[in-house]
Amino acid sequence: MKHIAIGILGAAALGFMASAASAGTLDTVKQKGFIQCGVSTGLAGFSAPDDKGEWKGIDADFCRAVAAAVFGDGSKVKFTPLSAKERFTALQSGEIDILSRNTTWTSNRDSALGLDFVGVTYYDGQGFMINAKKLPGVNSALQLSGAAVCVQSGTTTELNLADYFKKNKMEYNPVVFEKLEEVNAAYDAGRCDAYTTDQSGLYGIRLTLSSPADHVVLPEIISKEPLGPAVRQGDDQWAHIARWTYFALLNAEEAGITQANVDEMKTSTDPNIQRILGTEPDGKYGADLGLSNDWVVNIVKAVGNYGEMFERNVGSGSPLKIARGINALWTKGGLQYGPPIR
Amino acid sequence: MASQEILREEPSRGSFINDPRIRSLFFQTLVVILLFGSIWWIINNVIENLQRLHIASGFQFLKSRAGFDISDTPIAYTSDATYGRALIVGLLNTIIVAVAGIVIATIVGFIIGIGRLSQNWLIRKICTVYVEIFRNIPPLLVIFFWYSGVLAVLPPPRESIHLPFGSFLNQRGFYFPRAIWGDGSWLIGVALLLAIAMAWFVAHKARQRQRATGQQFPVFWTSVALIIGLPVLAFFLGGMPLTFDFPKQSTFNLTGGFWVKPEFLSLLLALSFYTAAFIAEIVRAGIRGVSKGQSEAAAALGLRSGPIMRLVVVPQAMRIVIPPLTSQYLNLTKNSSLAIAIGYPDLTATAGTVLNQTGQAVEGVFIMMIAYLVLSLVTSFVMNIVNARMALVER
Repeated sequence: MKHIAIGILGAAALGFMASAASAGTLDTVKQKGFIQCGVSTGLAGFSAPDDKGEWKGIDADFCRAVAAAVFGDGSKVKFTPLSAKERFTALQSGEIDILSRNTTWTSNRDSALGLDFVGVTYYDGQGFMINAKKLPGVNSALQLSGAAVCVQSGTTTELNLADYFKKNKMEYNPVVFEKLEEVNAAYDAGRCDAYTTDQSGLYGIRLTLSSPADHVVLPEIISKEPLGPAVRQGDDQWAHIARWTYFALLNAEEAGITQANVDEMKTSTDPNIQRILGTEPDGKYGADLGLSNDWVVNIVKAVGNYGEMFERNVGSGSPLKIARGINALWTKGGLQYGPPIR
Repeated sequence: MASQEILREEPSRGSFINDPRIRSLFFQTLVVILLFGSIWWIINNVIENLQRLHIASGFQFLKSRAGFDISDTPIAYTSDATYGRALIVGLLNTIIVAVAGIVIATIVGFIIGIGRLSQNWLIRKICTVYVEIFRNIPPLLVIFFWYSGVLAVLPPPRESIHLPFGSFLNQRGFYFPRAIWGDGSWLIGVALLLAIAMAWFVAHKARQRQRATGQQFPVFWTSVALIIGLPVLAFFLGGMPLTFDFPKQSTFNLTGGFWVKPEFLSLLLALSFYTAAFIAEIVRAGIRGVSKGQSEAAAALGLRSGPIMRLVVVPQAMRIVIPPLTSQYLNLTKNSSLAIAIGYPDLTATAGTVLNQTGQAVEGVFIMMIAYLVLSLVTSFVMNIVNARMALVER
């Protein structure tokens, strides 16, 4: 129901909004003193509240990084949990300032939906999970013909699923829910044979099931799912801040700047590190973005570099234990590549 | 005195400011201008802001490929169909669950409502408890009760409960054999139509005879015999052209046969039983609203309690019952949008998916509003016709 409320609110907001271009998001954010960040309703490793009610995960940390860049304080974020259906309207109508909610970057969303994706914080692909105890002998997605498949509505996942079964001339019946928790509950109760979403999501969801050990993730990856944060179109300054926050996280990892050593790195004489940390004499790379010159120092102090963020939330430091794989830096054979700060 | 003076002076003064007709015309025009002006302003602003935010607008998206599948499709639909067709599928699902819900809710509601007036203590109390329970729980909880509390705890497909006539019940839904009509089955349909026509003719003749001579004829049992007997006769004459497609166990689910999904079942049961509680109260109020003198007068004429109810009390009660019944039908139709909580692909769920895949929230919400408005207006229209036929004809 909530998405309709947001839809109507969005429509009303569009109707009553002053037609003159409003002030830039950076000014608005500075004025209210925090960033409103749209996250998922709870996906382990990406954005989920812990037992103290604090949001954890790569997506939540990305918002903290932007807050650190803007305010010098990573805690100046307020989180809005959104279902897959609500997310774009919430951003379009100005209810949130940044959407950091395991969202796939597609051409349609980048153009017709009025969004502007700032980068790929996690390269993912869609997979399937089944209950191996109930379905012994199924070890490939190609054996799933006739299965009932649980999926969240309004996602690229829903579209890929239709494409995959059509392409392989297989039958299935979709069991579609609006909220992630509803899909999880239905799959756990045995309403469907298979669960499909981004593979990283499957590992996170498996941990929340009643008996995680019974479930296996099938080897097939059926799509490209570049997940990343998005901002509203038409505000270049705010888009640059979000985009370069992401690149700063990558550059910090590449230069070996970590949460632990960032203070001593400030005395480094390496010109590259000096440029990144804003210690270069007369450097004003931060100021050019509309930020302070020590913006990267603040980011790394708040959330660490990209690698630290990854390992803490989804990698070896988390229950998910996902390997870096294609999310490693380009120098280590992965796809994560940050354009230089200079 | 003062009013008389004004009346007398008015034509001579000729000041149109004080003319009530001109004044009311002026204010009405002002309201219309303000109303349309603000509507125009809102629409204009929406268009301008959509363009400024680079969000696509317009209804062209209805013709593009949907790309997603829907679980319940009353008409042919694949992921290659258009968004427009997906919306129609959603609308049909809403209509199916609303119509089926209205039928069940009316039957259950009338039984419970009459039961609350029963002489039997136990029946009366059971009906009261039913009304008080279902009337006081939000419909969403009733839906969850059926979905998570009843249907989800049934066994998985491989351990399905076997029911008579090759039917199965498991947590994926209710499966029963699908009838496949062979050659010559048209004879059965013709026989059925013929039987209905004959039953109507018999009823008509019986009424005429009763008016003329006062003699009664067992119309009900004759009609039952005709409507069941003739098609059965045709069935045997046609060489029994009927086979069944039985549901069978396959790798994952049962295949074949007819399959009712748990989402539909729980929504239908929840909506019908919830609304039935309100209908029961309306029916009770309607029957109570017919004055006792009516049934006493009928009894004095020598009618027995059955015909008193059927011929005297119920026709008068219907005049009280129908208007609030219409509201309950509208409520049921609109409550069906709660389907989204359990994943039944009704109009709200499908339009929500379309809205999200295309990002065109304004158009999506607009289509939804119009669709529900039209559904409600059609329901009201039909019920108003029924009401007009039932209304007291005054001379």
